[in-house]
Amino acid sequence: MSSVRVLVGTRKGAFVLTSDGTRRHWDVQGPLFGGWEIYHLKGSPADPNRLYASQGTSWFGQLVQRSNDGGKTWEAVNNQFVYDGAPGTHKWYDGTPHPWEFKRVWHFEPSLADPDTVYAGVEDAAMFRTTDGGQSWHELPGLRRHPTGTNWQPGAGGMCLHTILIDPANPKRIFIAISAAGAFRSDDGGETWTPINRGLKSRTELPDPNAEVGHCVHRIALHRTRPNVLFMQKHWDVMRSNDAGNLWTEVSGNLPTDFGFVIDVHAHEPETIYVVPIKSDSEHYPPDGKLRVYRSRTGGNEWEPLSKGLPQQDCYVNVLRDAMAVDSLDSCGVYFGTTGGQVYASPDAGDTWAPIVRDLPPVLSVEVQTLK
Amino acid sequence: MIRVVLPAHLRTLAQVGSEVQIDLPGGAVTQRAILDALEARYPVLRGTIRDHVTLKRRPLVRFFACSQDVSFELPDSLVPQAVASGAEPFLIVGAMAGG
Repeated sequence: MSSVRVLVGTRKGAFVLTSDGTRRHWDVQGPLFGGWEIYHLKGSPADPNRLYASQGTSWFGQLVQRSNDGGKTWEAVNNQFVYDGAPGTHKWYDGTPHPWEFKRVWHFEPSLADPDTVYAGVEDAAMFRTTDGGQSWHELPGLRRHPTGTNWQPGAGGMCLHTILIDPANPKRIFIAISAAGAFRSDDGGETWTPINRGLKSRTELPDPNAEVGHCVHRIALHRTRPNVLFMQKHWDVMRSNDAGNLWTEVSGNLPTDFGFVIDVHAHEPETIYVVPIKSDSEHYPPDGKLRVYRSRTGGNEWEPLSKGLPQQDCYVNVLRDAMAVDSLDSCGVYFGTTGGQVYASPDAGDTWAPIVRDLPPVLSVEVQTLK
Repeated sequence: MIRVVLPAHLRTLAQVGSEVQIDLPGGAVTQRAILDALEARYPVLRGTIRDHVTLKRRPLVRFFACSQDVSFELPDSLVPQAVASGAEPFLIVGAMAGG
């Protein structure tokens, strides 16, 4: 029988939540790496027992943990992320040049085919790769050296490369997103990059709302069967591209607010997408104190609120950009974690929700593995 | 023999108790020599106390010895004799931070 494993990164450790295919009863393992920030954990699609975790604190820096047995045991692997050559400068908050400085790994994206190959998105924004299971990390410097790089500027959360999507049909094609530089695409395995921000409008955040770079992209998602169709939750605006990011159009439609962080796609329905609207850029909680996931079955524009089982009063949590995921069981499961420490699961594509756990540290990331 | 006390997170990481004992190959007993020997024995600590490349102390790490904060001593300055002799430990501490 199939089962699911939910990998949860929090401000104070990692948690592994497991259930059988009914997704009604859960086993909670953790905290792993107690007291450390775990920005992200992710399993290899090629070997689900191979997991990678980004572990760190402001005191003791970045560590990388690897598990070969589905999270039962872990070993620290190489934690040295050194920019290739002279790192140069990007733009600081005050507009002055600022040297690129490695701070942390925000996101690991394992190769679809090789458990030893993993991409790492880091702050200050750059892409690293290991091909030996984390024993060494090497930058793919073409991204950081893009001619626009000197003008990239951090968002409030830092200048982080937080999203990495590998095209299932063409592993040489990679999409990434950086706050606050925007989205980029590589068609040669990460050697060279093209900004893909045409159609984005940042009316209040940028002096040129249509700028080539500088947009605060919060998250991108795609469906494995239609990798040219991208969905984006931008700072403000939910966007869609039908041509691998060459042009974006807004699909916020009837959302109560189009600010938010997460976006994801149903495992079996490429036009069914999910967001969690957040009130505004200055008030990072749901509108009206009601935690609602919004689902569109039309690829955007027409949205329905999903609230059954979610708190509908006095709820003022946030859902961060890497904290939503879906499983691929026949009835698609949807999961998200909050800054209040709840992890919610829906075994029926969002129709109903229940908390798996309620009182974890603030949740930074949620990933799901569907195990056969 | 040098005695080194690690903060709790690094003890967990290195899978050691509160104090570790390291032997230096000889020569001057400096902060750099202690950290070099510590990282050689426990490679998992590389990058957690000082930067991998510059070898600068991480900003929120402190070094104490003989009731003194020696964090701002130069890496090649000698540690107190009581630390060099093993009478007193060299303390690696996570700085106080937060509310």
